[in-house]
Amino acid sequence: MPDATGLELLAGELRDADADAVLDTVHAHGKGQIVIAPEKIGWALQQLRGKGFKSLMSVHGVDYYPEEPRLGVHYELLDMSKVDRLTVKLRVPVDAPNVPSVTNEWPTANHQEREVYDMFGVVFDGHPDLRRILMPEDYEGFPQRRDFPIGGEPVLFTADEALGKDYTLGIDRDPNGEDAL
Amino acid sequence: MATTERSAYRQMEDSITMDARLERFGTVDGGEHELLTVNLGPHHPATHGVLRLLVTLQGEVVIDLRPIIGYVHTGIEKTAEQKSYWKAIPVVERMDYLAYMFNATAYCGAVESLLDLEVPKRGQYLRVIHMELNRIMSHLVWLGTSALDLGAMSMFWFCFRERERILDLFEQSTGQRMHTRYIQVGGVMEDIPRGFEEKLREFIAIMPKRVGQYRDMLYKNEIALQRLKGICPLDEESLLALGVTGPLLRAAGNPWDLRKADPYCSYEDFDFKIPVGTEGDNWDRLAVRLAEMEQSVRIIEQALDGLPEGPHITEDRKIALPPRHELGTSMEALIHHFKLVTEGFRVPPGEHYYPIESPRGELGCFVRADGSSKPARVHMRDPSFVNLQATAPMTRGTYIADLIATLAMLDPVLGGIDR
Repeated sequence: MPDATGLELLAGELRDADADAVLDTVHAHGKGQIVIAPEKIGWALQQLRGKGFKSLMSVHGVDYYPEEPRLGVHYELLDMSKVDRLTVKLRVPVDAPNVPSVTNEWPTANHQEREVYDMFGVVFDGHPDLRRILMPEDYEGFPQRRDFPIGGEPVLFTADEALGKDYTLGIDRDPNGEDAL
Repeated sequence: MATTERSAYRQMEDSITMDARLERFGTVDGGEHELLTVNLGPHHPATHGVLRLLVTLQGEVVIDLRPIIGYVHTGIEKTAEQKSYWKAIPVVERMDYLAYMFNATAYCGAVESLLDLEVPKRGQYLRVIHMELNRIMSHLVWLGTSALDLGAMSMFWFCFRERERILDLFEQSTGQRMHTRYIQVGGVMEDIPRGFEEKLREFIAIMPKRVGQYRDMLYKNEIALQRLKGICPLDEESLLALGVTGPLLRAAGNPWDLRKADPYCSYEDFDFKIPVGTEGDNWDRLAVRLAEMEQSVRIIEQALDGLPEGPHITEDRKIALPPRHELGTSMEALIHHFKLVTEGFRVPPGEHYYPIESPRGELGCFVRADGSSKPARVHMRDPSFVNLQATAPMTRGTYIADLIATLAMLDPVLGGIDR
């Protein structure tokens, strides 16, 4: 794990190459985090790859509700030869949740970016196949967000549809096309 | 809320006609061979769970493949956010249902890091014993079911015979055969009971012989050799780019194992070897896992011999429950007990990613704490989820029968993939 000084040196090198890229550094519990501006993520990961962090082990999302900007994406980098880990993270607001995809440079991010999109609604621009991965294709909402309620989930039964009921809610459908509720 | 409008998805579904499905949609070799898309799964015994594969075939050769997952998604990560830290352990354990000790250790490790909590040495050794037993158990289930896919029925019974011994051991020490809730924040739930050591020693005496017997059955078996040797190899570089870890990466010759590279839970105390392959084909994947079982036995033996005296769980009463006998005599213990059971302990704000070596590769648990008694985010980087992406590059251009064998050697656990 890079110590606090090593982390600052690494962040300093990134700052030298691009003054706006690094927003913050955090060192806690023996692990280093670098906060990167969302639009610079692809560039920053390539820079770090050149410094030995050749493996991307995990991409996951976090909702920092009620803090702003709310959504976060974490990239866990690993240097296998020095056995060193580094977390690169970025934050985007809910109303503009766009992050450049890193799938072309890091094939492992493919499914993981899809999961972050599925659960948090972070849109990865340039992803080859950005669809829901775990939730059903016609699901509405992003279930891992902190303000997404738990419980009261409509159960999908196609049998309800055959009975003339709304298949998402299982309630009688109004024959005149009016809202049944 | 309710609307009579059909949703966009339903409309899309309606727009698909049978005529369109029967249409030939592509040919290769100047129209001689037709391409055929076959839906494999989700309910198919060879997919080891509810995995669905859309396979494009030309004759019997796999041209392309797309995994479709999510059929057993149960929202465990969301559920864990609603529970206090120690009550989240049982739900987290149910992700990868063959590696419950590992799920719990990864989660507890992340929480312990956030608390800056030291686990007593005895607790660490007991964790190692149970994790390595779990690793053997997971590999036995994999070996039995994979051999079944290749048509070897008896391997299945032999593997499940030994698995039963491990589950009996778990039952003795933890009270449960599966999803034991044995690993706790700060250590393990209980010390091993009287008689456990003898039974465990019997097991570690017999297990290496059993692994040898499995080898005798498979290594000279014409069918196993033809189905596995040289089939669907993938080089180290592609595996690393896809983030593949665990026995699959070691089969390709990269000795990356977190137990050795970045020891946690006192793994640095034990002397063991990392089995690696040379070709990275299905045969190496089999051989690596068989050898890993023997190494796990070695680790268990050393941990049992060197089991230190002392507490099995941290003595910090703000984190771990006080022992039963204190409740009758100490008011303070009673208060701690009450606070822990009703509210749970609070974790200072922070976030941590804690990786361990599960039977399938790097199992990382990410926990974000917001200062309350419930985690603000729990995420598992499940190795099966990441490793599954390697299916298509491994199997392109091979026969569909080899796809089944490769899927078996990939060892995906759908509970871990879908969470």
